[in-house]
Amino acid sequence: MLAFIVRRLLQSILVMLAVGAIAFSLFNFVGDPVSLMLPPEATQADREEVRKSLGLDQPFYVQFATFIGNAVQGNFGISLRLGRPVSQLLAERLPATLELAMTAAVFGLFVGIPMGVYTALKRDKWTSKLLLTGSLVGVSLPNFLIGIFLILIFAVWLGWLPSFGRGEVTDLGFWTTGFLTTEGLRAIILPAITLGFYPITLIMRLVRAEMLEVLRTDYIKFARARGLTNNAVHFGHALKNTLVPVITITGLQLGGIIAFAIITETVFQWPGMGLLFIQAVQFADIPVMAAYLCLIGFIFVAVNLIVDLLYFVVDPRLRVEQSGSGGH
Amino acid sequence: MIDTFKRVLDSDLWYSFKRHPLVIGAAILALICLLGAFLAPLIAPHNPFDLKTLNLLDAFTPPAWTEAGKAAFFLGTDDQGRDVLSTIMYGSRVSLLVGICAVALSMVVGITLGLISGYVGGAVDAFIMRIADIQLSFPAILIALLIDGVARVVMGKDGHDDVAVYVLIFAIAASGWVQYARTVRGSTLVERNKEYVQAARVIGRKPLIIMFSHVLPNVMGPVFVLATLHVGTAIITEATLSFLGVGVPPTQPSLGTLIRIGNDFLFSGEWWITVFPGVMLVILVLSINIIGDWLRDALNPKLR
Amino acid sequence: MTTPLLEVNNLRVQFPTRRGLLTAVDDISFTIAPGEVLGVVGESGAGKSLTGAAIIGLLEPPGRIASGEILLNGRRIDNLPFEEFRKIRGREIGAIFQDPLTSLNPLYTIGRQITETILTHLPVTPEEAKKRAIDLLNEVGIPAAEKRIDHYPHQFSGGMRQRVVISLALAAQPKLIIADEPTTALDVSIQAQIITLLKKLCREHGTSVLLVTHDMCVIAETADRVAVMYAGRIAEIGPVADVIHKPKHPYTVGLMGAIPTLGDEVERLTQIDGSMPRLNAIPTGCAFNPRCTRKQEVGARCTTERPGLLPAGATQASCWLYAQADNKQTVMA
Repeated sequence: MLAFIVRRLLQSILVMLAVGAIAFSLFNFVGDPVSLMLPPEATQADREEVRKSLGLDQPFYVQFATFIGNAVQGNFGISLRLGRPVSQLLAERLPATLELAMTAAVFGLFVGIPMGVYTALKRDKWTSKLLLTGSLVGVSLPNFLIGIFLILIFAVWLGWLPSFGRGEVTDLGFWTTGFLTTEGLRAIILPAITLGFYPITLIMRLVRAEMLEVLRTDYIKFARARGLTNNAVHFGHALKNTLVPVITITGLQLGGIIAFAIITETVFQWPGMGLLFIQAVQFADIPVMAAYLCLIGFIFVAVNLIVDLLYFVVDPRLRVEQSGSGGH
Repeated sequence: MIDTFKRVLDSDLWYSFKRHPLVIGAAILALICLLGAFLAPLIAPHNPFDLKTLNLLDAFTPPAWTEAGKAAFFLGTDDQGRDVLSTIMYGSRVSLLVGICAVALSMVVGITLGLISGYVGGAVDAFIMRIADIQLSFPAILIALLIDGVARVVMGKDGHDDVAVYVLIFAIAASGWVQYARTVRGSTLVERNKEYVQAARVIGRKPLIIMFSHVLPNVMGPVFVLATLHVGTAIITEATLSFLGVGVPPTQPSLGTLIRIGNDFLFSGEWWITVFPGVMLVILVLSINIIGDWLRDALNPKLR
Repeated sequence: MTTPLLEVNNLRVQFPTRRGLLTAVDDISFTIAPGEVLGVVGESGAGKSLTGAAIIGLLEPPGRIASGEILLNGRRIDNLPFEEFRKIRGREIGAIFQDPLTSLNPLYTIGRQITETILTHLPVTPEEAKKRAIDLLNEVGIPAAEKRIDHYPHQFSGGMRQRVVISLALAAQPKLIIADEPTTALDVSIQAQIITLLKKLCREHGTSVLLVTHDMCVIAETADRVAVMYAGRIAEIGPVADVIHKPKHPYTVGLMGAIPTLGDEVERLTQIDGSMPRLNAIPTGCAFNPRCTRKQEVGARCTTERPGLLPAGATQASCWLYAQADNKQTVMA
């Protein structure tokens, strides 16, 4: 097991380096790195100094190492568009995105799993078929369209919920939260539903498919043959076996949710990292793009690692025991 | 020829098709959309991109069935006086074009890499699969955004617009090849170990060609399902990128672009400018997804 | 004669498919006495497993019992509502399936799976249930039962797992066990052990067994009586020794002749030409008639009328060869 952890850690570091390499090439070859690090009014002398300090006269691998060194410390230079340090910008906007992503993920789990179980157990009821068709529609709706429709109905026509921004946020020093004010809570509802729509659909279909598979297995048949109650068979045995792969796949979804937040934040003008990134792409603001890439890469790799470790906790077959099997 | 036709009609697939009215409906709808899109220059009521025919006085006309609507503009007009129905037809054209081309490219690249990976094995296989794994942990939209963003910077604003569509197709294709590669690789690995491949090697024939003729038929079913569902995803990805302003250039608006344009007028009450392109997008992708979903179940040997 | 434990009368199991109605088990009848082991033998697709599934009420849709009745201790069970039947499963009728690896839930300890079964059916405390579970494991020959009760299925070898499965099936002390190919997935050396174990336990607890298998040798070792199934019908049924050494139905004769035995001076093994008909192409009259070498002794009747089980020496065989002119002839509907 220790070997497994070490191997996965090494893999993760490799992936991070690859991501870093892509970000590095962005920095160096797509645009002039010197101007990326300096405000536009810099003099020629300043440029020479930066050039030296950036080590652009150094060989390639030294530059790469410096870049990685800087990246690890969170130094990505200055945003071309806003003129402020990128790391500062990201730190400001991280809470907004994370709160949105978490809420959406919670929706996904607490709505998706029960609906998935229901449609698996009550296959022939019309409500089931309705939910399934609805899920198909859900998968066919792009994120931004859901947002627009929700805004149209709930903000423009009914006027119940705000259509942009985070509402009132409470500053906790290193974190700003919207959960402690009514305005903040009202503001997060529509974006969270929009962002959570796809995960809800996905999780529901996943849980259903997995549960149907599980219900066909021999051990479920044997459990029924032993006369266990429907509740025991469905919720004691089938559900547990279903949730094991589902929870882990959902964990992997978290990275995707954070990425899709780009779209939701654009529709709702939510002041998060995603909106920052899109504006960077439109403006060709390389430092922000590179920084966002590294950050996302890190989040993904970290989530993947945690999910892999979670498998160990949850599936006894993966745990190495001492002298398990007896004789024949 | 007639025999093949008869065999198709008698097949389990056709039988399953006939029994699912929803799928039949979806197929008809998809066909209508396809025809409407590709024949747009011929059958659209107006040409929304011919500046000479536009009249700003026609702008912001609501749909024909409302009070202020006009019969000539069935779904209303936008801020420039363009007929919404026509813009939708032209827009679907772009959306479908990008979507289908992206999927085709993705399929070709994915199948090829999968075959090579499975057949050659060793370091080549490991390398390709490692890239695939890394890429899989990132959502397609992000990869497409990145490629597009980089291209934008490299080519500059104007240079980019000319080739924007190609870049977009490439970006979407690049974000989706992995699923084909994996499926084909799996099938190739199974075939590679079979005796007829070794026999072919022994008598000096190139086992590669024989293997393809055995691998491809086996794998076409699942690949087809993947491709169908992928078209839906590709169209959504393109629409999203265009909506975000980093997709097709404004001279060739797709449904996503139309939605973005209309979004600005949502609050002032001209809802139809954004809603109808949106509905069209949903209909398009939904019908494709219904077909793909049915196809997956119909071709699944476990459910027979 | 004592009341049979299990009575199956004219059981018919059908599958509606798009190509028509398929009859997988066609009007079969038999009984099992308390403590008796009845073997059901036949080729794949002959309907043996479906018979077992029908008895325990676990037929998978769209398969269903089309007609006939199943009686347990004189009480009809095939038409019971779900909850009533559930109480019977495990408590009065148990089952063992072929693959011990997939029969056990990999995420639960075997102790939990056993105690759960006990607690579902017997009014005992959890501590008492755990004690019984340990006793059961000891009975089936699992060493260090107190420790191994907290182990997971993957920590046992194949033979051990099947022992665990047997202990699970016996946990609520059923009177009848349906064993569907219990040794097919095991190594030959383990097979013998499991068979011996099964025999011993059933003798000690007085449990009857419906032993479904395609392996005649297992039947010879274990069963008291045996039913030979062909194309969803019973070809021959009788005491094991008689069916094996003095088979009466031409199919059974062919089967026995095809089994190689040590010490026999045989030039060639018997081969029955042709193969068992598919369910949608069962011949009229006797299902075996196209392959039968003794058809000419009976005449046209083989192809027009289906024979019921007729007394033939020590066994019963569904073959017109044994139709007595002065007895009432059983013709199948």
